[in-house]
Amino acid sequence: MPRIVVDVMPKPEILDPQGKAIVGALPRLGFTSFSSVRQGKRFELTVDGEVTDAILAQAREAAETLLSNPVIEDVVNVEVVEA
Amino acid sequence: MTELPLIGEAVAVAANPSLAGAKIGVVTFPGTLDDRDAARAVRLAGATPVALWHADTTLGDVDAVVIPGGFSYGDYLRAGAIARFAPLMSKIIDAATSDAKLPVLGICNGFQILTESHLLPGSMIKNDHLKFMCRDQVLRVENNSTAWTGDYAAGQEITVPLKNQDGQYIADEKTLDALEAEGRVVFRYVGFNPNGSRRDIAGISNAAGNVVGLMPHPEHAVEVGYGPESLDGIGGSDTDGLGFFTSVLNKIVGDNK
Repeated sequence: MPRIVVDVMPKPEILDPQGKAIVGALPRLGFTSFSSVRQGKRFELTVDGEVTDAILAQAREAAETLLSNPVIEDVVNVEVVEA
Repeated sequence: MTELPLIGEAVAVAANPSLAGAKIGVVTFPGTLDDRDAARAVRLAGATPVALWHADTTLGDVDAVVIPGGFSYGDYLRAGAIARFAPLMSKIIDAATSDAKLPVLGICNGFQILTESHLLPGSMIKNDHLKFMCRDQVLRVENNSTAWTGDYAAGQEITVPLKNQDGQYIADEKTLDALEAEGRVVFRYVGFNPNGSRRDIAGISNAAGNVVGLMPHPEHAVEVGYGPESLDGIGGSDTDGLGFFTSVLNKIVGDNK
């Protein structure tokens, strides 16, 4: 089954409190090379059958309306992944 | 919804008989927590609460709607994001933006649902200190001309409980400037900003003033002996939150005159 992968990230100008907590925890485990972390979301939408242009358009619309909030987040990637 | 008399009978304190016929809908989503407190606040203000279920497809004949706090759909995806697409929400959005300008109050998660619904601008993200916070919070009423704040004095300071994790109000600078210029910042945190909200904003309204959202919980400060007064020594009164509910009732009665 092909899947459509949607990646959503907090907007660059928005402080990401979760990323901030993670970057604080990394050095405690010895990972000292990372100065910043931003945490996003990955959605996998499974399609029964072929991914047509219409289905991909639907996925893009879903990404903009439900999967992300344009006030605080950007949809950074929508792509088809074959199983 | 059955309102158990947990702490005694809910006796209306604002015993204006002309208010008793007013019906205020209180919406319950899966994961809503504060619907019973909100219904009790409505009763204490002198009106009749009407239980509304998220899957309802009609608002009935309610005169106003409260969207209470809680964790609708477990805050999955984003706080309020899934509740926004419930069948009842489209009815509320239509009624709030129609000529009738149905008064709608969103408290905490209800505020988050109103921003996700685009009835109010901006959004809430995690508190800047990353912790859940529960405290008695002083607010300043910046705008007493909305449907939900008419019984307060402009600039009045009130104390109501605040309890949230995703309470940091954010919007872009242009939106914030417009909110300030149009008097749509309805409540501001006083003395302490509990979540990093931009410009200390605790609550806002739409342009018409019928839709108001805020993070703190006025419905938890409506009964003598059970409000914030006795805690923390920060002043205020046990019933500072009751004015939200009496305000909208007086507005409804005034509009129907």
